[in-house]
Amino acid sequence: MKKGTFTLIKNEALVSDLHRLTFAGDASAVTRPGMFAEVEIPGYFLRRPFSVADASENSLTLAVRIRGEGTAALTGAETGARFDILTGLGNGFDLDCAFERPLLIGGGSGVPALYMACRELIARGAKPIAALGFNSAAESFYVSDFAALGAETVVYTADGSLGRRGVVTDALLDFDYSYVYACGAVPMLQIIDHEAKSGAQFSLEARMGCGFGACMGCTIETANGPRRVCKDGPVFRKGEILW
Amino acid sequence: MSTSVTLCGVKLDNPVIPASGTFGYGHEFAEIYDINCLGTFSFKGTTAHPRFGNQTPRIADATGGMLNSVGLQNPGVDAVISEELPKLAKVFKKPVMANVCGFSVGEYVEVAEKLDACAQVGWIELNVSCPNVHGGGMGFGTTCEGAANVTREVKRVVKKPVIVKLTPNVTDITSIARACEDAGADALSLINTVLAMRIDPATRRPVLANVTGGLSGPAIFPLALRMVYQVYEAVNIPIIGMGGVHSARDVIEMMLAGASAVGVGAANLVNPFAARDIIEALPGEMEKYGIENLVDIIGGAHNG
Ligand SMILES: Cc1cc2nc3c(=O)[nH]c(=O)nc-3n(C[C@H](O)[C@H](O)[C@H](O)COP(=O)(O)OP(=O)(O)OC[C@H]3O[C@@H](n4cnc5c(N)ncnc54)[C@H](O)[C@@H]3O)c2cc1C
Ligand SMILES: Cc1cc2nc3c(=O)[nH]c(=O)nc-3n(C[C@H](O)[C@H](O)[C@H](O)COP(=O)(O)O)c2cc1C
Ligand code: FES
Repeated sequence: MKKGTFTLIKNEALVSDLHRLTFAGDASAVTRPGMFAEVEIPGYFLRRPFSVADASENSLTLAVRIRGEGTAALTGAETGARFDILTGLGNGFDLDCAFERPLLIGGGSGVPALYMACRELIARGAKPIAALGFNSAAESFYVSDFAALGAETVVYTADGSLGRRGVVTDALLDFDYSYVYACGAVPMLQIIDHEAKSGAQFSLEARMGCGFGACMGCTIETANGPRRVCKDGPVFRKGEILW
Repeated sequence: MSTSVTLCGVKLDNPVIPASGTFGYGHEFAEIYDINCLGTFSFKGTTAHPRFGNQTPRIADATGGMLNSVGLQNPGVDAVISEELPKLAKVFKKPVMANVCGFSVGEYVEVAEKLDACAQVGWIELNVSCPNVHGGGMGFGTTCEGAANVTREVKRVVKKPVIVKLTPNVTDITSIARACEDAGADALSLINTVLAMRIDPATRRPVLANVTGGLSGPAIFPLALRMVYQVYEAVNIPIIGMGGVHSARDVIEMMLAGASAVGVGAANLVNPFAARDIIEALPGEMEKYGIENLVDIIGGAHNG
């Protein structure tokens, strides 16, 4: 974990309620895809947690959906604004399990959390399939980014307005795969937990106090006993979570 | 210039004590800074048996603070002694404060007695003030008889100094403080969190699964300060003042109100370096207010 000051250098609205925020600053603590960051938002006491969408030595990208007041304030920030951010939080995805043909399943605002994993899997020589689920074409984002990485990118929309009509977990039937990495809503993760034919890892959300393991605010029950989503997760393995 | 203070006969390099429940068993912080800079710290409230705590969500945000209804998640006293304390010994060379909670007087006594026997433990802090458990915690701390009874029974078996941690959720905290002093408490710590709640207008339901939780953070600092000031006038035993402390200036205010040492809670959760930052800022702040020795200002606001 590192605490540092980051400067917002780009604020793009990808769809009306989801912004991609790019910050300049020391992101060297982000050592694995699937880790998260905690952003201090002026005027709010608790930091807000966001998955790292991408990171390099000196830049950090977060994709933030407007849900309440804190995310509204954050996505409304002007470039040049400075933020205190904790980076290098959480365990992240273990990519060593991926093998040849990993399937990445992202639902809605869970999609960006898989971007960095996809990039690293390709760099390791894997041939990932990126299955991205949205309600409609109008609400879709990040599709061309995954395609540009060279992943086989397939979109599922509830209304069929883009890609295949259906739910993104249909990808479990539509493809052959060696492993699953997922981020999205709980019902989606539950289906993957029960139906994936391979091993799987998924990233969870929880209300957090600290984000680094000190307050016991974010605990869930697992097959191995109580676990903190922030420190022992946010990535858990198939079969681990007692839903 | 000296920041050192004494707490029940044990010298502390400085008065700063991360508060129970906001510092785990020390490891998360030892990973990012040398926690030997602390006066000491109070570890997570420990019970006889492992506890998951309350249902989630058990954290909520508030203006100038946060609510928690964690409900004493801990691995149980035996695991604390066999696993947490040996791990802690590798990174923390000072005596640690053991925060003890229970659902019966017998449980307080059992847990306190086991922790008293650990060489690393310098003080036993009795949490009779947790607002988030039913049938325990604060249930013992809201009446003079309840608080005195736990104090007396624990004092019978424990050799180390016993600190009783008081709740602000009472009509008159000074009468409870006096009852604890009369029952043999060696010191008092105050305040625990203030009973509070949030409601989500979108769902029209309480945010916390437990409905209520405890408010902490800068929002409660003036309230905590007032209670420390009042309790200082009511008792002759030392006080650990806490509630909303987040700067070296707050430490000085707490000590002027009557605190011999100062707890730092929620501040650690939003800035993991908070306790260290406060300790580093203390000498500068002392110089600013013309303070040579920190001990000299304890209760200073009561003079004249
Ligand atoms: C590990 C992790 C990764 C996340 N990654 C992303 C991401 O990449 N993109 C994104 O848009 N969102 C992400 N979220 C959710 C995001 O943290 C919340 O949407 C955000 O905190 C809401 O803040 P607010 O002030 O707008 O909402 P409010 O409802 O006003 O917030 C009040 C409090 O509730 C907490 N809270 C509210 N909703 C959530 C939630 N769903 N999860 C956790 N805490 C919540 C807030 O942190 C705050 O403390 C992630 C959450 C976690 C735990
Ligand atoms: C998440 C959280 C957990 C806590 N757990 C305990 C506990 O186990 N035992 C205890 O005596 N106090 C507990 N407290 C209370 C704090 O130790 C402290 O008394 C209170 O938060 C006020 O100080 P603050 O405003 O600096 O946080 C907890 C507080 C928080 C925020
Ligand atoms: S949020 Fe504090 S322990 Fe996970």
